[in-house]
Amino acid sequence: MAYLLTLVTFLPTVGAVVLLLLPRRQEGTTKLAALVTTVVTFVVSLPVYFSFNPTVADYQFVEQRAWIPSLGVTYHLGVDGISVLLVLLTTFLMPLVLLSSWTSVEARWKEFAITMLLLETGMLGVFVALDLFLFYVFWEAMLIPMYLIIGVWGGPNRIYAAIKFILYTLTGSLLMLVAILVLYFLHGAATNTYTFDLPVLARFVLPGGRTQDLLFLTFALAFAIKVPMFPFHTWLPDAHVEAPTAGSVILAGVLLKMGTYGFLRFCLPLFPQASLHFAPWIFALSVIGIIYGAWVSTVQPDIKKLVAYSSVSHLGFVVLGLFTLTPQGLVGGIIQMVNHGLSTGALFLMVGMIYERRHTRLITDFGGLWTVIPAFSGLFLIVCLSSIGLPGLNGFVGEFLILLGAFQVDRLAAVLATSGIIFAAVYLLWMYQRVCFGEVTSEANRRLVDLTPREWAVLLPVLLFIVWIGVYPTTFTAMTEPSVQALITQVQSKAQATSAMLIPR
Amino acid sequence: MNPALVLPAVDLRPILPMLVLAVTAGLVLVLDLVPPRERKDHLGFISALGVVAALIMTYWMTFATGGAELRAFRGMVVMDAYALFFNIIIGYATGLVLLLSMDYMRREGVESGEFYILVLLSSLGMMLMASAGDLIIIFLGLETMSISLYVLAGFFRARLEAGEASMKYFLIGAFASGFFLYGIALIFGATGTTNLDRIANAVTAGAGRDPMLVIGLGLLLVGFGFKISSVPFHMWAPDVYEGAPTSVTAFIATGSKAAAFAALLRVLLTAMRGAPVDWPMLLWVLAVLTMTVGNVVALAQLNLKRMLAYSSIAHVGYMLVGVVAGGALGNGSVLFYLLVYTFTTAGAFGAILVLERAGHEAVRLEDFGGLATRHPLVALALSIFLLSLIGIPPTAGFVGKFYLFGAAVKSGYVWLAVIGVLNSAAAAYYYLRLIVYMYMREPEGAPTVLAPSLSGALALVVALWGVVQLGVAPGPLFDLAQAAVVPLLR
Repeated sequence: MAYLLTLVTFLPTVGAVVLLLLPRRQEGTTKLAALVTTVVTFVVSLPVYFSFNPTVADYQFVEQRAWIPSLGVTYHLGVDGISVLLVLLTTFLMPLVLLSSWTSVEARWKEFAITMLLLETGMLGVFVALDLFLFYVFWEAMLIPMYLIIGVWGGPNRIYAAIKFILYTLTGSLLMLVAILVLYFLHGAATNTYTFDLPVLARFVLPGGRTQDLLFLTFALAFAIKVPMFPFHTWLPDAHVEAPTAGSVILAGVLLKMGTYGFLRFCLPLFPQASLHFAPWIFALSVIGIIYGAWVSTVQPDIKKLVAYSSVSHLGFVVLGLFTLTPQGLVGGIIQMVNHGLSTGALFLMVGMIYERRHTRLITDFGGLWTVIPAFSGLFLIVCLSSIGLPGLNGFVGEFLILLGAFQVDRLAAVLATSGIIFAAVYLLWMYQRVCFGEVTSEANRRLVDLTPREWAVLLPVLLFIVWIGVYPTTFTAMTEPSVQALITQVQSKAQATSAMLIPR
Repeated sequence: MNPALVLPAVDLRPILPMLVLAVTAGLVLVLDLVPPRERKDHLGFISALGVVAALIMTYWMTFATGGAELRAFRGMVVMDAYALFFNIIIGYATGLVLLLSMDYMRREGVESGEFYILVLLSSLGMMLMASAGDLIIIFLGLETMSISLYVLAGFFRARLEAGEASMKYFLIGAFASGFFLYGIALIFGATGTTNLDRIANAVTAGAGRDPMLVIGLGLLLVGFGFKISSVPFHMWAPDVYEGAPTSVTAFIATGSKAAAFAALLRVLLTAMRGAPVDWPMLLWVLAVLTMTVGNVVALAQLNLKRMLAYSSIAHVGYMLVGVVAGGALGNGSVLFYLLVYTFTTAGAFGAILVLERAGHEAVRLEDFGGLATRHPLVALALSIFLLSLIGIPPTAGFVGKFYLFGAAVKSGYVWLAVIGVLNSAAAAYYYLRLIVYMYMREPEGAPTVLAPSLSGALALVVALWGVVQLGVAPGPLFDLAQAAVVPLLR
């Protein structure tokens, strides 16, 4: 158990190396090896869930070893209630994603699988790293596989999208690097221990005022680009639309969560006073994102682009919940991260399936699919409803908790955000109606094949959790609550300590 | 009866690595005259062995003596931890360049024994610059290095660009030497000595206020500016990089730059310790200009050698950030970055050099279209070098930049670090463009083929090892780099 997190994180890399050594001609073996790697990683990650002690707020499965002693960099891993679900979400989605790419990725499957596996290591590393240096290494290293996935296996405009994606995120994260260094030296100068260790830095009470504000804003910029929050979202539609299905699912399912996770893990505990100070601005941007994302979704002619913009809207909810700093808002935000990963992931998967059949994603090219492929249409409806937030499905739980938290803090923001749920119903149901109901408008659609067993295998696990979280969310929320409580206490006490430091001046 | 010839007692230990190189060069010179005449592989091999011996000697001196300071020739040559660290950098640079050259020069039809001799002598000059305790020795090393490089740059005698490169390099280099020598003269005028330690004493004693010394230092900086190709003294770099044989380009970009930095830092840290000149402020401006101009112009380059030339200018800007930051961390990070940069740049040039298209070197962006499908390993290696140049973890380039910008932040130059990272983000575009060509575009026209070269492959493996190892476990070598500069900071 001592090396559990290392094992989970680096198993995909080991798989990638094995794949590298396999001969290119044996495509079947390659595919199987890649799938087996991700399934094994998922199985190995299950103890993270089953042995997780849900009554403890602290980090669990901790590993810490010296890495660069002269700088105070350690190899420090651990999960708590905030990250545990994201780790599991990642390992859960990966096999499904590979399975969904079985036939849709036509060229260079082997390289595709290697890139995906390296990406998985990067993503898991981001969620389990408890050292700012280590975190940054994973955070940046993960950009390259995603860049390749969009750029090599993407659509017609893929190169533009890939470059835009990487330049946007790189700019944000490089600035964050400077902020990390500033924090490191501030902490070192004040306490005489130079360390990148997150738990240690999180205990450090940074003086309030301009420095803390600037550091917060720099971190927040990097995370806001990643989320993405309005107005830093413009890379997202390009990246989503051009990426292959697997890329879109991982992008929506996991990569965007890194931004919200970053807010939660770094911005709030490291810069509590600035977080409280800027919360109204974050609320404003979130609410704009919720409404703007929904409106823009409504008018998209392309299903994939519609889903892409809906991400802007949904992640607005998540950020809103996190910055309420109420237990409900935070738990809701965390659950909503998972929900969005499942629902939007499933939406992208299904859009990918229909695209594979018809090689178009324009809403006007479809119509009346219900009569032709009822199973697909039925599942698509469930997924759409889950994304809208229908009670009984997962989306409702997250959004409800977030709004509950928001109402306690900022009533106006909550009211405006609620309208986002209505708009979500508008754009998703209207799209669904045009795609699935009515007459079959295009002859090409009459010969469509319904879901294959492989596609059932991809979708059913996701649907299971969509329903599970909707019906009995406690299985998952219970794990997060102690850590969330501890985080709120920490933020408030540190913010008070900062204010206390200000008074004598 | 004639009096017995009395030889002064000379301690040769401080110049052991250099002696090894000199002896190897002499050996190659003699062997060049004897058969076989049509192939010169064995000479390259012997030269490489000589460099390896010098490297082993350097490592041995580092660990056996703990880098204790040894002086010879009345303090004109100082072999300390600092010089040893630079010997490691220069040794790797020379070794990689020799390995890369062996098959390449034959392929280009200009293989000859002189080539290896010149590389060895140039390397000797570089090491001399690193261990100079006297301005005259710096100059001696500088000229030994540069004159060899002028010839090497024009080694493709039949090509017009080679002539241009060599001529331009020579003329501008001569100018730089002139500035440098004039600076030495003025400093000598102000302090009465050319020994770095005695200059330091004179400066602290009051000579620092002498305008002659300030002007002298300024002229020295101009001379160094040419050699490290910092803006505004960078104009020669792109043409020379383009016209010189690619392996020589790699040598100019790595070894000569490291040597110039070695001498520059030593002069600034020892001789000018007490000078009331605000050279960090001056270098701040130079650093910003150098990285910005380098990166902005690199964005527009379609020829890879020119692109890497401008990128190397930008990297000098990053290194100047470390010089500005100063202290053990700042200067140590410059040393570390030079090592990282040597592996990365030599590797990048190496990966370009093993490819050819339609009988020519593949140096244009479109030559790399679809390379990943045809030569996946070369494409992968080149990508790793490019990622290291951008500074993406877990490559060495990231750690190097991390230290540099960390030092800047520590010394309070947060804005300089911000400008540095923004430059890195902009630079990512042109490095990634090459990856785009290799991985995301289809090949057009004549295929780019691999020129089989065992030594070239070995060089790439060594460079990759350096980039990965320094990226994953940078601790030991960074500590060594930092320990190397601490004695200079007394």
